[in-house]
Amino acid sequence: MSVADFAFYVFALTTVAGGMFTVLSRNPVHSVLWLITAFVGSAGLFVLLGAEFLAMLMMIVYVGAVAVLFLFVVMMLDVDFAALRAGMAKQIPIAMLIGVVLLIELGMIFGTWQFSDGAEAARASLTPAMDEIHNTAALGLVIYDDYLILFQLAGLILLVAMIGAILLTLRHRTNVKRQDVLSQMYRDPAKSLEMIDVKPGQGL
Amino acid sequence: MDDLLREYMPIVIFLAVAVALGLVFLIAAALIAVKNPDPEKVSAYECGFNAFDDARMKFDVRYYLVAILFIIFDLEIAFLFPWAVAFKDLGLVAFWSMIVFLAVLTIGFAYEWKKGALEWE
Repeated sequence: MSVADFAFYVFALTTVAGGMFTVLSRNPVHSVLWLITAFVGSAGLFVLLGAEFLAMLMMIVYVGAVAVLFLFVVMMLDVDFAALRAGMAKQIPIAMLIGVVLLIELGMIFGTWQFSDGAEAARASLTPAMDEIHNTAALGLVIYDDYLILFQLAGLILLVAMIGAILLTLRHRTNVKRQDVLSQMYRDPAKSLEMIDVKPGQGL
Repeated sequence: MDDLLREYMPIVIFLAVAVALGLVFLIAAALIAVKNPDPEKVSAYECGFNAFDDARMKFDVRYYLVAILFIIFDLEIAFLFPWAVAFKDLGLVAFWSMIVFLAVLTIGFAYEWKKGALEWE
């Protein structure tokens, strides 16, 4: 068994085990931790395939995004284990149904999926040889020219996501004092200070 | 293939060291540390009186919005990497398409700023 084979089995095992424990762990926070393991494992698999850029994206975006998932879990879930388990019996039929559908889909991929002859060569941009050009550079050469519209659409989707996130989750609390730097700088001493001559024996 | 794997050798070594060190800490804590628990010692401590509630409840993490926005900009940066790597071989179209992309996201950034989403309260 070569080093690459060994690495493949290690990463594949990590990924599968991570995915399994994500589903099986009782505690949602533990699930998220196992999910990170699965992501790291699949990043390793991407490296073995020669898709280094995807692997690094996996680490930066997915593993980084999992931190947000963490927050989500901690914030939204009332981690009450008894209540979590109580709903189990009710949802088992639906869960089984979805599981069976996914299983059939997996079976269809392995059993009946066929590539037509020359499907590899018919692609718009072929994957260049690994020793010729770096993976990231090869991507950079096609994304911004050949796939300009898709690239710009990606930018627009990100814009929509940004605006949507703000619209959905931004709530300003009332009666909270915020610092307004400009109004502080433009504050006029003449307007904010008043001299009063108080006579002895009298209040204001 | 083997060349590629050789380049990743330092990362593998780092990973091995990190895993080994983590395991050493866990195992050492389990073996060496003095453990002498009693019900009072392991119960929740709330400043002198008995705890009246569970700590697990819904609460509002204000940082959440900042985290979502961080991910969006993270993705934007991800698009910048191949552009920067292949910059020398790219034409004018590629250059300006990236500038437009950045401009679109700058609109979003200005929106965030105006809405006060980046301000803490």
